Amino acid sequence: MEHQKGRKLFITLCSAPAVILFFVFMIIPTFNVFKMSLYKWGGFSSKRTFVGLENFQKLFKDMKFFQSFQNTVLLIVLVSIITMSLALFFAAILSREKTLKGQNFFRVVFYIPNILSIVIISAIFSAIYDPNNGMLNSLLALFRGQDAEPIYWLGTQSIVIYSIAAAMIWQAIGYYMVMYMASMAAIPESLYESANLEGASRRTQFFELTIPLIWTNIRTTLTFFIISNINLSFTLVKAMTSGGPDGSTEVFLSYMYKQAYTNSSYGYGMAIGVIVFVFSFALSAIVNAITKREPIEF
Amino acid sequence: MNKKETFSSDRIYHLFVYVVLGLLAVSILVPVAWVFMASIKENSEFYGNPWKLPMGIHWQNFVDAWTKAHMGEYMLNSVLVTAIALCILLVVALPAAYVLSRFKFRLRKLINVLFMGGLFINVNYIVVPIFLMFVDADKALRGWGLNGFFLNNIFIVALVYAATALPFTIYLLSGYFVTLPKAYEEAAYIDGASHTQTMVQIIFPMAQPSIITVVLFNFLSFWNEYIIAMTLLSDPNGPKTLSVGLMNLMKAQNAAAQYGQMYAGLVMVMLPTLILYICVQKKLTKGMTLGGLKG
Repeated sequence: MEHQKGRKLFITLCSAPAVILFFVFMIIPTFNVFKMSLYKWGGFSSKRTFVGLENFQKLFKDMKFFQSFQNTVLLIVLVSIITMSLALFFAAILSREKTLKGQNFFRVVFYIPNILSIVIISAIFSAIYDPNNGMLNSLLALFRGQDAEPIYWLGTQSIVIYSIAAAMIWQAIGYYMVMYMASMAAIPESLYESANLEGASRRTQFFELTIPLIWTNIRTTLTFFIISNINLSFTLVKAMTSGGPDGSTEVFLSYMYKQAYTNSSYGYGMAIGVIVFVFSFALSAIVNAITKREPIEF
Repeated sequence: MNKKETFSSDRIYHLFVYVVLGLLAVSILVPVAWVFMASIKENSEFYGNPWKLPMGIHWQNFVDAWTKAHMGEYMLNSVLVTAIALCILLVVALPAAYVLSRFKFRLRKLINVLFMGGLFINVNYIVVPIFLMFVDADKALRGWGLNGFFLNNIFIVALVYAATALPFTIYLLSGYFVTLPKAYEEAAYIDGASHTQTMVQIIFPMAQPSIITVVLFNFLSFWNEYIIAMTLLSDPNGPKTLSVGLMNLMKAQNAAAQYGQMYAGLVMVMLPTLILYICVQKKLTKGMTLGGLKG
């Protein structure tokens, strides 16, 4: 009996701090995002008026919002496809080509961008993209001639979103490559041996054997990647361009942040937040549904 | 196809593979090395060809960054925030993960589901409500004639870091705790150990590998974090972490043209993570696949 009572107390004492912290700093703020989206609330004044869905109605007429929507979708599609295929390609090479020298070196190096902070990455890419003294332009000058007009990688509206995409891909490849290498390592060697005996080429082995066998892993990473893509694009844009020039790199969350802080319309900003929540969950569900295959066991 | 031909096509393939791998490796190593190089250049060297090697080692950049740009102070703040957040996280998450994975009680299922859901909530979504919560709390404090406490306070930043890292950490630790056989605890209870003694003296030491993984991942994310810190430490005269201080320096860089200082600051942020990574890279990449994904 005494033991039972102690057990209950022990459970409460152990789990209460975590549950309380989690509620105060995650559950309640999440709930508040949804609640605040229904209010008109400007700045630090405590005047909050309930306006129902007015913020959302305004949102659907906001061209700037649609631009950020477009940019977000473009980045998700472009960055996901390129990152995933490159990561799979590199993972397959590093885990299949046993004769390759320096495997470990490449694995270690490719993972480095993942441990760098966004501040560093944005500084590195600012130095790369700098129009006058940047690494990229001075490299290109070798082909284009010294007097060629400099390219404004972060200052030209039609280019800048791809410059951001390149930074995102650079950052993410290594992480997903290590992920895929781990699941490829679990595929029994005997399968490849018999594929070799039957004369299957490397390409066939990659598409017919490796990819189907790690499909479950690819699916999960893809879903997670979409969610983290929305976040990463925000932190990078915030650090590199602040959405400029003229909104051409504005993404969902950077627009939300801008509305909330620069424009001091918290309610409106949170309405964007709600849309992002709904959008990312819907997209994950869709991706999950269309990538569904019968799992193959080995 | 005869043997000789396969051999040569194999070689071409290998050459191609090396070139592709090499290109990616260069695209990572060169810019990182470039930052180190830039940190010892003099300001005048930043105009002109970016590939030129530094003319000499200009340590003054680090001195300037440390004192004039307050990087020393920011470094201390970053160390404090990271250390405090890690301590809070471990003290809170370890017992919770243990109880949630090894005891059966009424609310367990619900709490576990909530924490799982928490894996999908990214701080970037909720940073605005968190900020406003502190604004309100500070206003209430001022209403009672006290000073504001919650904003521009590095301890609060550490607390928010720890709280938002809970779902992932508990998920990772629970995953390890459930694999332990029940016999350990039964034996301890028979010997008359209390729940707390069993947890602290028997279970936690066994969980050391996953505790290390948790510390590594969270160290990197706390040390590199920037959005929460920027939002909650917004007072220009208040305390800042390295990332926020650097970001301000970068935004101001065009006006003041203090490139050297800025790159010296970047090296200060980057060096600890790079050293840590080189020391523990095996553990880190292994831990990553062990714990699954971090969104």
